[in-house]
Amino acid sequence: MSTQQQEQPETQEAPKDPEMKGQQSPQQERLDKKEQGLAEAESVDESDVEGESVHLKVFRYDPEVSGKQEPRFDEFHVPFEKGMTVLDALIFARDEFDSSLTFRHSCRQAICGSDAFFINGSQQLGCKTQISDLQQPVRVEPLPHQEVVKDLVVDMDHFYDQMHAVEPYFQQEDLPEGDLEEQRQPRENREKVKMSTRCIWCGACMSSCNIAAGDNQYLGPAAINKAYKFAMDEREDEEIKEHRLRILEQEHGVWRCQTQFSCTEVCPKDIPLTEHIQELKREAVKKNLKFW
Amino acid sequence: MSQSYNRGLIEDFGRWKEFSAGMWAWIFHKFTGWMLIGYLFTHIAVLSTAIGAADGQMMMLAGEEVNVYTGTIQGLESLFIIRVLEVGLLAVAVFHILNGVRLLMVDLGIGLDSQDKSFYASLILTGVITVASVPTFLQGVGF
Repeated sequence: MSTQQQEQPETQEAPKDPEMKGQQSPQQERLDKKEQGLAEAESVDESDVEGESVHLKVFRYDPEVSGKQEPRFDEFHVPFEKGMTVLDALIFARDEFDSSLTFRHSCRQAICGSDAFFINGSQQLGCKTQISDLQQPVRVEPLPHQEVVKDLVVDMDHFYDQMHAVEPYFQQEDLPEGDLEEQRQPRENREKVKMSTRCIWCGACMSSCNIAAGDNQYLGPAAINKAYKFAMDEREDEEIKEHRLRILEQEHGVWRCQTQFSCTEVCPKDIPLTEHIQELKREAVKKNLKFW
Repeated sequence: MSQSYNRGLIEDFGRWKEFSAGMWAWIFHKFTGWMLIGYLFTHIAVLSTAIGAADGQMMMLAGEEVNVYTGTIQGLESLFIIRVLEVGLLAVAVFHILNGVRLLMVDLGIGLDSQDKSFYASLILTGVITVASVPTFLQGVGF
């Protein structure tokens, strides 16, 4: 404050100098001062958080480069920013330190399902996990129980195969009369399947599932949840629901689930997967119960 | 799923520190289940050696002649290790029962949100019942 007051007379003198030699215009001077102040403020900020850098331990593996075929952990120290997510830190590490660091990411707002990693021992979305919530060093690994293509990228083909195996599409054949009639879903029914529609196909549940790890044919929580969405949809006829339950009650269907709740714990969209699987188990039993 | 290389302990029980409540419940349920099956067979084997008591077969126990059944049971019960194992058997059975009830609830879709709490509750209850049973089981041996 005091320096500002001292300099004020100077700025008033400045216009008297017609050629402005050696003198800046008052506006320029003010801008300079502002910039200086901003720079100072920034440098203060930086020195404040200088101690706060994120210690990342990232899994590295590249089968195509002979020197990188042995899996290893690379360590990165990324400057911490308020609100920084694991994905932000990884992007910083890739952009600033090692451009060969490979991982999938797209929307950065937990809806594309590309960046599920094994962070500090649990399957989480990189973009949804705050660094400040994690213990350092932050260990980032590819999803377990899936083949690693490179670094943090895993092969999702098997997961997608399982997702498609439950026929995840609307199969109602009898359409309502009239050209412009819509197939309406009652509000209550929509509410019932609401959570199951939130799946983003990130594969975190499948990776966390102990049973899916040991049984490659098991449909997995995500696929069963997908089937739940359609099986519980009242717009489909009873025969179609029975067809869906026939797929699900196979040996490697719903009965493989042993209610460990691992999938429900890790689901980034908070889908009650175990609940849905259990409900389908009950539906499957009901379908087969005969009292005569 | 198949792995093209070894990822160390990431894939298996080296991760036990990161297991959640539901996972522990599953492991303990499997473990106690196998223990109970083991006990079942031991139980049948031991009793079948004592079956001769029905025909009046006798044996010597601590200088006394008793029938085979009494001798087998009393001989085992006099061993400290057997008493300890009995406490263990009770703990295993109680946990298996309590967690079994919990799993029944899960199967019926009741209280899935508090499945972790019910697991902790069954653990604590198992502990309490086990500790409370110690004086009874160790009577005459340890106490």
